[in-house]
Order: sequence, then structure tokens, then C-alpha cells
Amino acid sequence: MSYIITNFRHPLSPTNKLGFTRKDYEGALSTLCAGCGHDSISSAIISACFEMSIEPHRVAKLSGIGCSSKTPTYFLGNSHGFNSVHGRMPSITTGANLANRDLTYIGVSGDGDSASIGLGQFAHVARRNLNMLYIVENNGCYGLTKGQNSATTDLDSVNKSGVSNTFEPIDLANLALQLGATFVARSFSGDKQQLVPLMKAAMSHRGFAFIDVISPCVTFNNNPGSKKSYDFVREHQEATSSIDFVPMEKEITTQYDPGTTQEVTLHDGSVIHLHKAIEGFNVHDRRSALRAIKDHQERGEVLTGLLYVDTDPVDLHDVINTTHKPLSSLTESSLCPGSGMLKSINDSLR
Amino acid sequence: MSQVTLSQVSTRKLRSDDISGVNELVVRFANTNGTGSASANNMFAKAVFRMGVPISPKNIFPSNIQGLPTWYEVRVSEKGHLGRREGVDVLVAMNPQSMAKDVEMVLPGGYLLYDNTKPLDLRLIREDVTYIGVPLTEICLREYQDPRQRQLFKNIIYIGCLAALLDIEFSVLTDLVGDQFKGKEKLVAPNVHALELGYQYARRNFDCPLKVRVERRDLVGDSILVSGNSATGLGAVYGGATVAGWYPITPSTSVIEAFEKYARRLRIDPGTGKNNFAIAQAEDELAAIGMVIGACWNGARSFTATSGPGVSLMSEFLGLAYFAEVPVVLVDVQRAGPSTGMPTRTQQSDITSAAYASHGDTKQILLFPSTPRECFDMTAQAFDLAERLQTPVIIMSDLDLGMNDHMSAPFEWDDERTYDRGKVFDAEQLEQLARDGKRFGRYLDVDGDGICYRTYPGTHPNKGAFFTRGTSRDKYAIYTEDGDEYVANMERLQRKFNSAKKLLPQPLLKTSSEVAPIQESERYGVIYFGTSDAATEEAMEQLAADGMVMDGLRLRAFPFSREVETFISDHNRVFVVEQNRDAQLRSLLVNELEIDPKKLLRVLNYDGSPITAATICSKIRQHCAQQGSAGLRQA
Repeated sequence: MSYIITNFRHPLSPTNKLGFTRKDYEGALSTLCAGCGHDSISSAIISACFEMSIEPHRVAKLSGIGCSSKTPTYFLGNSHGFNSVHGRMPSITTGANLANRDLTYIGVSGDGDSASIGLGQFAHVARRNLNMLYIVENNGCYGLTKGQNSATTDLDSVNKSGVSNTFEPIDLANLALQLGATFVARSFSGDKQQLVPLMKAAMSHRGFAFIDVISPCVTFNNNPGSKKSYDFVREHQEATSSIDFVPMEKEITTQYDPGTTQEVTLHDGSVIHLHKAIEGFNVHDRRSALRAIKDHQERGEVLTGLLYVDTDPVDLHDVINTTHKPLSSLTESSLCPGSGMLKSINDSLR
Repeated sequence: MSQVTLSQVSTRKLRSDDISGVNELVVRFANTNGTGSASANNMFAKAVFRMGVPISPKNIFPSNIQGLPTWYEVRVSEKGHLGRREGVDVLVAMNPQSMAKDVEMVLPGGYLLYDNTKPLDLRLIREDVTYIGVPLTEICLREYQDPRQRQLFKNIIYIGCLAALLDIEFSVLTDLVGDQFKGKEKLVAPNVHALELGYQYARRNFDCPLKVRVERRDLVGDSILVSGNSATGLGAVYGGATVAGWYPITPSTSVIEAFEKYARRLRIDPGTGKNNFAIAQAEDELAAIGMVIGACWNGARSFTATSGPGVSLMSEFLGLAYFAEVPVVLVDVQRAGPSTGMPTRTQQSDITSAAYASHGDTKQILLFPSTPRECFDMTAQAFDLAERLQTPVIIMSDLDLGMNDHMSAPFEWDDERTYDRGKVFDAEQLEQLARDGKRFGRYLDVDGDGICYRTYPGTHPNKGAFFTRGTSRDKYAIYTEDGDEYVANMERLQRKFNSAKKLLPQPLLKTSSEVAPIQESERYGVIYFGTSDAATEEAMEQLAADGMVMDGLRLRAFPFSREVETFISDHNRVFVVEQNRDAQLRSLLVNELEIDPKKLLRVLNYDGSPITAATICSKIRQHCAQQGSAGLRQA
């Protein structure tokens, strides 16, 4: 990592549809360890938002506690951010989203934050189908407290001190599928080709979009024997399919061989292209995803890519019938029933 | 032989030493929970209220759904004494399980109404009580086929009996039945019939009315009868709350239920039929307050309601909201603790845990409502205060206030009133700031009152965004562990807390010195708050009648204002009345105002039932006896 942030930008830096350059989506200089997978994820978020031409201030970024939860400082400097309490990002995001349904919500969490202390909130935000992108930066250890095993540390994975993990791991993608999440994916911080389109699709998805991103901890969990090291994941990764994302307004120009590519049209009209899918895999079938995850696990492989998508999800606001305007924008005229109504309420209480 | 026959008991003659009097009595109903007695008992209370006589009903119930004893107690008081009073004048004994204890509570010369379908256990007979036997089960078996109806109408029949015995106007009861079953008119006639059955039975078999009875007066004015929790829910609607996150816990659940009921009626967008509110039942109290913090951070008015155990779970988040300066409105309907304690019994025992809720140096703003009207007003005001001060505001209600109906001044609203959204920059103000060459700083104390300007997410494309965190930061919300910055920030938060004092509801002075002149040498004061008000004021009257005149100060908020300090320093001894074991408010006074602890004397009740004037009087007298009146004078 660098200790000095550079202000130099090429004068011809490309701009997006709104006229913003990539720099408009950057944040403060990262203070994470050099080579940390999390920094690649921050960079992928910047790319995804820039390429999607999302107005930076219309994004809210939220996190819990831990290395991963520090990262929202390092991207989208023009967005409001909230680094909250350990394991409680989902509830903060739920309240924020209920208050203003018009912003894009990116929640960043880690494996300690989501699979241990925050497992309850993770489960409930998934089953409520809150419209958000939920990213777990999964390094299989507690980085900020110096390398203890986490609940996602794989069985028999060896830590830096040479000790093998004896507990069953929690697979958050598997759990999200079972809890009714309407968009579930897994990726690898070292695979931007896959991660960026997945993030774009997740942000276009109107509902709970979960991405479990394996993100090696260079300091505490990148040793031989670790099952979340760069080398291990690179050697054992298999994708459900390769992925391209085409936002709604863009004309589709890429051509794929018929029969090898599946088009998935999201609620807002954007299209995901999935090609070279693994055999027998159906991205619209939860059971297919669960089976594929299990099969790969048994073979010692890590299944990545888009695992499941529901293209017509019913999000929390739909369920509770909230008004289309952000609740935060309502004023006295629509909130306060006034003195006349109070008189009739008084009368009913006599 | 341990049984008495029906005729032996029910024909017993009324005696000369029976309790007599008009409009001063306590009627207690002993029932089994889950038998539908609550609505019948309510009808009795409301009938007296509609006859223009002040009442105070209290529901005394177990943490259980069906089968355990439950009581409903109505104090009728022409003098307007609405605190609880010990001793029962008329007992409606419908529960064999609790009957032995119930009988003991009846005052000598009191009355006991019971079901004499089966003979009464002789051990339950007291010589000094008049037993009024009514064959309720027999009547119901004769009149109704359906077992559920037999159960439900039994309750209505005893209300009919009471009406005859206590001289309650029958037309008032029939009107109440009409109101209760508006839209379900089919049910009116059978209920009126049941009332008639009881009424006529009593008239035929007893000398009606009894010597203790109710008589129409014009003493309730325009008062309403409503529970504190309903008033709180309605206050949240009027105060502009749009997001509620919550987790069920007795005795707070009905706050959210009331909010939902009123919002469904008053907050539907007329054009679209959609909700101008959102309610999310959370997975626990941690998530409930998390949702509130998220919503308030994002510019909505949001609240949650809980009880003591919930406040404990919310404590971590309350620290974040205090330090990150996010408005929060939290309603704590207190119950007896610690742990699960007595979940359906009342106490004021979360005072210290709420005032200092969380880790590190935290102080929270507390409001103490005493009546449903104050629940309404303070809840609506809490949103203004929380946004003005950018900090949590905790409304300290309790089970007695929240779950019981209370006679209260009617709700009022000034249509000119606008919400105080506090210091929030919009896009134009951010532009202006930039034109003036100034940099926005989330934690810059521009006005010197410790309260800074905030922005909502989504306001401006490149100005005013900041990062909210529980970790220390500088005035521009940038992370720092610099000691000086941390100290400056903590001192500003203290300044802000002091700024709150003049914005909060001020204490109310109540003096009984108009009854008798107060002696300069014996200036006694009483400090009280919340639901101790009625009993304390009744006790002050009683003590004044005995020549012990004192001034009262009802506290309505924490931090304490200057008036509280002045009151304490102006009195030689100050009794602090509260409903907990550890005299928590007293500790707070000692701690925050640096009062000599010897000056503040504990007057406590914490058995789970609402405090009574008798308890307060006796504890104050005990203090005086212990100290000797000389001691009091000396000070």
C-alpha cells in the first residue's frame, strides 16, 4: 500500500454518462495491510458504481466492525457512510432503507461481523428481502484482533501458527439461499472480471442481493494450509458460469453462441449474460444452487459466480405497502392529522 | 360441617357497621385470566366515569395467558384521589383459586359478591363482611347453551348485579354496550339481556342499593379515559414518526399496537392507499433500536418501545447514538426487574440504567410522563428534542401508566405547530457555505451550544457527505485517535447536554402550604415523578391535614434544571418518592447535583403494585419519628 494519496489524474480520464470520473467514486487512502483482498473489493465497488453511472451521493454505505467494516471510508467519498456496531449493520441499513427507499444501499461486512456476532441480523435482513447489496468480505479469520479463527474458517484449514480448525464452517451463501435471499453470489477478491459485473447486477436487483467475496487476509490467513489464501482459492475456484452485465439503457452488442449463453433480465430491464455454465446448473433454482455448492465443497473446490437470482422479487417495502415517496421527505401536511381529528379521538375516549 | 347453604349467606341482613358512603370506594374484581372478564370490568369503570365521578382502574394480572388469577381494581373517588388505595370495599370474588386471599383484603364492614351456585367453603366466611350470593352459574346454564357464552355472559351478569347494588344508572350501561358493539349490533341485545338478568336478580333478592354507592356528579369535566400506551402511540403519530422498529415485550407492546392502529386510520396516503409509515417487527431489541438509528440518521423520525430488559440489550447502540449524535426516541415502559423480574408488575426501576445507558461516558435525556396527556405531549415533543439535540431521548413510562386506563386531560394540538427538525443543512445551504468559503464540518460547534449541523444522506452531489462512526473523529468527521480532539469532543457533548436543560419540560411545583402556613423552621419538600404523582399529592393533603405541611416538586425530565437545585436548597429535608429498591432517582440527584445525601430521604415502594398514599404517609412519618422532629427542625 501507499502512504500518500496522489491527486494526479490523466487529463483525459474517461467520464461516465453523468460526467463523473472514476476519482469521484474514490474515498480516503486505505489503511489496511498491503495486498489485503478488501482493497480489491473497494476498487471493484468504485468500478461498479462508476460504470453504472450511479450518482455518488445517492449511495449510502454502511458497515459493522472489523477490517472489512473499515473499508467504506476507502470508497465513495461523496456518499454518506455509517460505521456502526459489531454485527448490526443489517438493522441500521433496514432503518435507513425504510426511511428513504430512493438511495442505493451497500452494506459491507466481514465473516466475524456476519457469521458470528451478527448472524441473527444477517438471517433476518435476508428473509425480509431488504433492497440492498450485502457484501461479506470473507477472509476466514478475525484480522483486526490478530488472526483468530472465525465461523467461516474451513474445516481442517491451518492457521498461521500451524493449528488446524476443528469446527464446521458456516457457509453464508448457502444460508442466504435457505433464508430466501433473492440474489446470491460468491466471488473472489482476486477476480475482478467476475466481481464487478456481479456487483452491478446486485445493485440493479430490487431486493436482497448477497455476495460472499472470499478475500484473503495477507497477514493472518495467507499461509500454506489455509483454505482462504490467494493460492488455494486460485487453484480451487470454479465459476458457475462467466458473467457479463448489461445495464438497462445500453444496447446489447456482444454476440454469444446460441445455446451456450443464458440471458437473465432483471426487474429494471438490465440483462445478465451467463455463459459456459457448469453442467446441470440452473440459476433460477435454489436447490440447484445448494446442490452445486455442496458438490464443490465435497470435492474441495470453491464454487463462485452467480448462484441464484429471482427476477421478480417482492422487497420489504412491497410487503409492508410503504408509500413510493421516501418517508423522510414527508412533512407535517401528510404526517400530522391535526386538531380536528384529535377532538373526535377525545370524544371516542369518554 | 364446613359448608353454608345458599339461603344462610345470601339472606344475611345488612348491619349498622357496614361501610357506607357515596362515591368513595374501591371495587375489586377477582377473575381467572382468559375468561373474558376484562371488557365487562372495563364497562363497570367507564359507567362510573360517565356518571361524572372520577375513577382510577388498575389491572393486576399475571404473566400468563389462561387460567391464573387476575384482578381488576377500580377506585372511585369524588375527591379526585386517583392513586391506588389499599383495602377493598366491594369484592367481586369470581375466582375460587384466589378467594382465600381475596377475602382477607376486604375492609371490615365491606361486601363480597360471589357465585353461590355451589355452597361456599365455611372457612371463607368472615363475620365482618356482608356476603352477597348470586347463582351466576345456574343463571347462565339456564339461559345459554354455548359454553363460551355461559362463560362470557357470567361477567356481564355480575356487572348488572353491581349496577343495582351500587346504584349505577342502567341506561349508562346500555349506552356503553351500544358503543362497544357499534357495527356488531347483533351483540347488543344479548349483552343488555345479560345485564338485565343480573340487575333484576339483585333488585329482587337484596336491599338495593347498598349503603356504599355511586351517585351522579359533574366532576370529570372534559376528561378522557385512556391508557398511557395508547396516548404514546397517538403522540408518535402526531409527532411525525414514520418508522418504528420494535420487538414484543410486556408492558410496552401496546405502544406499537396503538401506533399501528392510529397510523392505519390516519396515515394512509389518500391518492395511492399506501402507508405513510413503516413498522418492522425486529428479531430482537438490538435490531429494533438499530433500525431506529438507521432511519433517524437518514432523515426520518423514528422510535421504538421496550421495557427494562430491552433497554439493557439496546445499551450498546444507545452509546453509539449518543457519541455519533443520531436522534433516537425510545419509550421505556418500566416493569419490575431485574432480569425477567415480575414482567406484569409495575416499577420505576430503570432510572439509573437509562440515565447512564451504555459504556464509556454517556448521559441520556429522560422524560417522565405522569398522565396519558403527558405521554401524548412528551412523545410528540421527544421527536423535536431528539432532532434538536441530536441524541437519544428516553420516555420513562411504566406499566401502571402504560397499561391501565387513566382519567386525563383531553389531547390538544396546535395546528400552527411545526416540527423542529433541528440543525440540518440542505443542498442550498451547503452551496452557500461553499460560496462563503467555509468548509462543512459535521462536528463543528458553530453556535457554541454544543449542537452541530448535520446533513442527510443523498443531499448534495459533492458537498456535505460525512462518515458517521462510533470511533473518535475530528470536527470534520475524519477518524482520529488524537487525545486532544477526543477530549474537545467529549466536552462539547457535555455542553450539549447542558444546553438540553432549558429545552426540556420543567418541573412542576405543588404546594400544600395554602392549606396551612408552612413553618420556616420545618421546610419539608417532596420530590416525585411519573406515576407516583397521584398518591404523593394525596399523601401531601393527608399530612397537611395533620399539620405537616410540605412543598412538592414533580420532576419531568433529566438532566435536572436549575429549579430542582433551588427547590432542594430551599428545603431542610426533601423526601424522594419512587418505586424501586435502590432510590435510583435520589442517587441521580445526589450524583448530578452534588447534594448532601443526608438531606434526601428515601420513600420507596417496590412490591410491584402502584404506590399508595398510605405507604407514602407512613414512610414519611417513620422518617420523622426516627430523626425526631427536633432533628428536622434543626436542619
